[in-house]
Amino acid sequence: MSPADGGRPAGTAPQEPRAYDGPPDYRVVGRHGVFPETSHDEIARFNFLAHMNRHLATKVMPGVKDAYDARVEPAFAKAEGRAFANRHEVRKALLKDPMFQWWSALRRATMEQRQQAGRWVTLRQADDLNARIGALTEGDRRLALDPSLDMPRYVSAVDHHCMPGSYHTELTKGDATGAANYDIGLFATTGGMLGRFNDGGGVAVARWVKKNLPDFEPKRILDIGCGLGHNVLPIAAAYPDAEVIAVDVGAPMLRYGLARAKTLGVDNVAFVQGDVSKLSAYADESFDWIQSTMFLHETSYTSMQAIFKETQRLLKPGGVVLHVEQPQYTDDMLLFEQAMRDWDAFYNNEPFWTKMHEIDLDAFMKAAGFDGEALIHGGVAAVVDPEVFPEAAGDDEQEDYGRKAAWHVVGARKGAAQAAAQ
Amino acid sequence: MTSLDPLALAGAKAKGKRPFFLENPDVERLMTIVMAVAQELAVVRERLDTVERLLDEKGTISRADIEAFSPDKAAADERGAWMQEYLARVLRVLQQDREALQAGDQYSEEIAEELAKS
Repeated sequence: MSPADGGRPAGTAPQEPRAYDGPPDYRVVGRHGVFPETSHDEIARFNFLAHMNRHLATKVMPGVKDAYDARVEPAFAKAEGRAFANRHEVRKALLKDPMFQWWSALRRATMEQRQQAGRWVTLRQADDLNARIGALTEGDRRLALDPSLDMPRYVSAVDHHCMPGSYHTELTKGDATGAANYDIGLFATTGGMLGRFNDGGGVAVARWVKKNLPDFEPKRILDIGCGLGHNVLPIAAAYPDAEVIAVDVGAPMLRYGLARAKTLGVDNVAFVQGDVSKLSAYADESFDWIQSTMFLHETSYTSMQAIFKETQRLLKPGGVVLHVEQPQYTDDMLLFEQAMRDWDAFYNNEPFWTKMHEIDLDAFMKAAGFDGEALIHGGVAAVVDPEVFPEAAGDDEQEDYGRKAAWHVVGARKGAAQAAAQ
Repeated sequence: MTSLDPLALAGAKAKGKRPFFLENPDVERLMTIVMAVAQELAVVRERLDTVERLLDEKGTISRADIEAFSPDKAAADERGAWMQEYLARVLRVLQQDREALQAGDQYSEEIAEELAKS
C-alpha cells in the first residue's frame, strides 16, 4: 500500500459517498420582490424543519403502519371480536399506541416550530416589510379590501394548520406578515416539493387545462380562496390575456398577493377581499373559469353548497369550474389510510378536512345545478423545478398521507343548452 | 426595528385546543423543548460548516461572508446528508422501537434461565 491509495487494500476502489436523497437547501427557494430577508441561521432553522418533516414521513411514520399491523389491529380484533368498522375506530385505537403517539407528538411539535421560525423572520422586519408591500399596492385598483367583511365561522373558529392568526388577522395597520410567514414556511414544510415558488399546484392545474380542454380560451377567470395567490399566478401567466380575479377573506394575504404578483411580473390578477359564498358583486354568467385549489376542505357543508351554487350562477355557458383537493375517502381506501389522512383534521387544525373528504362531491355538484354528464374528474401532481429537485418528478414512494403533492380534480363544464334553458 | 415585538409574538399559540399525544403531557412538553434545542444545535452546526467552507476557500472570514454564503449543489448535499445522519442519531430510539416490533426479542433474564437448562 502507498500513501496515494489512502491505505486501502490493493485493488479496492474508494467508497462512494452515500447518494443524497434529502430535501434541497432552503437557499434555492424562489425569491420574489417582497420575500422577507432571511439570515444564515434563520435559513438553517428551515433546513432543520424540512429534514424533520422528511424524516418523520420516511423513517418514523412507516413504523406506525408496522405497529398497526403488529399490535393495534390484532388487539382490537381480539378485544371486540370484529374488524374495525370505520376510520374513527382506527384513529382512536392508534391514539393508544406508543408509535402513533410519538410520531404525532413530533409532527405537532415540528408544525409549531415551523410557525415560530417563520413568524420570527417576518415579525422582526414587520415595519419594513409592510412598508414595502404598502408602497407596491397603495392606490392600485387591483387590491380591493373590505374592512367590514364578517369572517365566516370556518375561518374564525380555529387557526388553520396551526398558523397563529390564520389568514385574516392583522397585527398592525396594513399588515401582511401573516401571509409572508405562510409563504416562506411552505418551502421548508414541503421540502421544495411544490416548486421554488410553491406554485407547483397551480402550474399543474394550468397544464391540465391546456392538455384536457385544448379548445378552452378563458377571458375571465375567478380564483376562490386564493390565499396569497401562489396557485393562481401560474394560471394567470398561462392565459396572459385573461382578466383574473382572486378572492379571499384575508386582507394580509391579498396585500402580499398583489405585491408578490407585481414583482413576479404577473399583472392580470386583481385581489379582492370577500366571502366566496356571497359574490353578488359579480353578474350572472360573467366568468369562463372558476378555480379553487386546496380550499374546499377549509370551509363547511353550508358554505360549500352556497359556493357551488354561486359558481353555477357565475359561469358562462361552456364555462368550467374546477376544484383541486386531496382524494376523497372511498370504500376502496384502506381504513388505516383514511385514519392517517384524518391526522391534519384533528391534530393540525383542519377540522372540516375529515367531513369534506367523506362526502359525494358529485352529488353536491348536481345539487347545485350542474348536469351529471358534464362533471369532470382528473388528477394532477405538483410540478417541481427539475434543477432543484431532479428526482422529484418520479417520486411515488413517499406517501405522507394528506400532504403529498398530488391531488384530484373535481369539476364541471356548464352546458350551453342547459344555460339557455334557465 | 419594528413596532411589533417578535420575541413575544413569534411563539404565539394558534387558536384551537392543543392535543397532547404522550401518556404524560409533561413528557411531551419536555420532548418539544428537546427538539427545539436539537434545532438550535443543527443551526450551530450549519454555521460552523459555513465557516469551515469559507476558510477553506478564502482563508479569512467576515460575518457578511457567512450571511451571503450559499452552498453549491455538492456542498448542499453534504450538509443535507449530515442533517439526515444527525436526525437518525437523535431519534434513534424510534428506529429501535420499530425494529423491536419485528424482532421477537426475549429479555436476557429469560435467556439466562434457558441457557442454564441442562
